Amino acid sequence: MSTETHDCRHLLADLSLYLDGEASATVCAEIEQHLQDCENCRVMVDTLRKTVYLYRHLERPSLPEHLRQQLFKKLDLSELI
Amino acid sequence: MSDDISEQELLDRLRAGDKAACALCIDLHGAHIYRLALSLMKNEADAEDVVQETFLSAFKHIGSFEGRSGLNTWLYRIAYNAAMMRLRRPSPFTLSLDDALEPEIPAMVPDQLFEWCCLPESEFETNETRSFLQAAIEQLPEKLRTVFLLREMDGLSTQEVAEVLGISQDAVKKRLHRSRLWLRERLSEHFAGPMGV
Repeated sequence: MSTETHDCRHLLADLSLYLDGEASATVCAEIEQHLQDCENCRVMVDTLRKTVYLYRHLERPSLPEHLRQQLFKKLDLSELI
Repeated sequence: MSDDISEQELLDRLRAGDKAACALCIDLHGAHIYRLALSLMKNEADAEDVVQETFLSAFKHIGSFEGRSGLNTWLYRIAYNAAMMRLRRPSPFTLSLDDALEPEIPAMVPDQLFEWCCLPESEFETNETRSFLQAAIEQLPEKLRTVFLLREMDGLSTQEVAEVLGISQDAVKKRLHRSRLWLRERLSEHFAGPMGV
């Protein structure tokens, strides 16, 4: 952030804890106070929150069926496939 | 066998060599182990070898599992070590990856402050955006990627990730935060591009 202040850097370090609800009440209050006056940090918080939302909704790869079958055969579990 | 048996019952049956319990264990944990292996090995063939090695080794040594951590954490640790062996890198259990190494990870001061989160939802629901984000995750620096995958994509707790990787909980939190900042930066570039920002 080109116009960042010491407060902005301080906020940046605690932002994940804040978004995860793990920051202390004091830190939360500091962040929320700072966000009222700092447009850059407000953008930062909003886009970071959206980033978390987007990757949490990505599809995750499952165990390939051919690999499951290979594994079952190696472990003599073929009757359970 | 029902999927809703307790972990203790599953462990007891695995220790007794119950085949149905082995099958259930693979079905419960296989996808998680595969995702970790794929993230570390970066190709499907090697990831599949790591998955096979993990379960073969786990069932062989289940008698030595003391249950101080969860079964999932133990399986992740076996998979992580198997992958590191194949990559010929030191295991986290022989080299302490403590916070002293953290400065190797580049500083994560954001320089993209385009407010893309308010774009129409349709911008986020495209295959292009999903592919871009998936590729960005794969490009995360390795130290960040493994923590990110275990903590965010597979839902392990901070303590469980620390146990799997042999690092402190504080290091897990820092790496997760840096991962998020890194991905936010990539998404900002992605969304700012077409907007000409």
